[in-house]
Amino acid sequence: MLDVVQQYWPYLLFGSYPNGPLGGFTMTLVIAIVSLVLTFPSAVLVALARTSEVRVLEHAAFLFVTIVRGIPLLMLIFWVYFFLPVALGTPISPFWSLILAIVVFQTAYLSEVLRAAIEALPKGQTEAALSLGLSYFPRIWKVTLPQALYNSIPGILNQFTSMIKETSLGYVLAVEELTYAANKVNNFILVKPFSVFALLALTYFAVCFTLTQLVRLLEARIENRFTRVAAA
Amino acid sequence: MNVALDFTAILNDQYLHYFVTGIQNTIALFVLTWLVAFPLAVLLTVIRSSGIRPLSWLIALYVEYHRNVPLLVQLLFWYFGISSLFPDGLNDFINQHNTEFIFALLALVLYTAAYMSEDMRSGLRAISKTQFEAARAMGFGFVQTMTYAILPQVWRLSLPPLVNQTLILFKGTSLAASIGVAELTFQARQIESITFRVFESFFVVSLLYLAGSLTLMFAGSWLAQRYKLRTR
Repeated sequence: MLDVVQQYWPYLLFGSYPNGPLGGFTMTLVIAIVSLVLTFPSAVLVALARTSEVRVLEHAAFLFVTIVRGIPLLMLIFWVYFFLPVALGTPISPFWSLILAIVVFQTAYLSEVLRAAIEALPKGQTEAALSLGLSYFPRIWKVTLPQALYNSIPGILNQFTSMIKETSLGYVLAVEELTYAANKVNNFILVKPFSVFALLALTYFAVCFTLTQLVRLLEARIENRFTRVAAA
Repeated sequence: MNVALDFTAILNDQYLHYFVTGIQNTIALFVLTWLVAFPLAVLLTVIRSSGIRPLSWLIALYVEYHRNVPLLVQLLFWYFGISSLFPDGLNDFINQHNTEFIFALLALVLYTAAYMSEDMRSGLRAISKTQFEAARAMGFGFVQTMTYAILPQVWRLSLPPLVNQTLILFKGTSLAASIGVAELTFQARQIESITFRVFESFFVVSLLYLAGSLTLMFAGSWLAQRYKLRTR
């Protein structure tokens, strides 16, 4: 395994950059981060729609979440990659197809995380805001969201870990991320499939395991804050 | 969008058998995986809670590996990597019996069992210590305590996450397409590339997935109602 690392680490880490397109592990991170940045606002909107009192919005959000939850991500990727260009009349690069599919998919899941956080807030918060005469938007913006988002930091990070794992599906569209790079290296060496794929699995493990441990720490911290507030 | 939709172009005698094979393979993969993974998960949970040190560490490692590495990478690792270490006799045997299906099954079983055992473990931790002590006081041994007192409660507590995991497994079978198992997603791509009917083919397959997922969701909420813990 070490000789694979020694020989191919620049390719696995950066792809052919700076002499060619960016790829490898850096690309995996880029895709995951761009996806998270785009998913976050849309998930907040869907979560707000689901907790709003406007029936139509509530139902539309519920329908969206249910449908996305019922379809495999791979199917969604194929929709975006093969069908969207036909519908729009312009080609979409595999890179953006993958990101778009992950964004749609994760919007459904992240919105559920945020919804749970919004619904977990004590009712008194909303009532206090109402009695202060705050209308809907100031109430959401200044009272509900700051608390709900803070409490859902572990949940958001959890979804980010899922996103990192989901970027591996870029392999199917030949997006040059880590899994694709590893497969290419494997096709190049041919005789060491075990080492190459073990290295691949180990890399994902190192990153995602670190993140999940971080989530555990944060969870404990946020829970502590809660009990402190409750005790005070 | 100026695409004339024509479902009869794919839902006819010529292509219908693609869908049928796809459904059969998806269901076979899903049901077989569940039937093996669930008992395995129970076994892992019980062993881990028995407190035998090296064993429970090994299981913890097993669970963390499967939770922190993308399912696609696990599939590729088994298919390309680990299989290269198998003795020739075993590989010959597998190659004579639907190679891709066996490796997909193997990867999915191990993945699902890891998640399910984690779900059950958190159910197990939620059960108060007095339950164990009471069973002990009645003269039950470890196995009896587990089967008569603890597992029936764990089952009820961990039912919702188990249903969720079952849903994830159902959708996860789609990834088997990437190593060439002729399940639904794979067949959708086949039909699409033969007929160029992108929308129709993906639409039919998405509907099939959605039907499966919704059935699982409804069955899950029915079960959760039926087996709710009523003692608290």
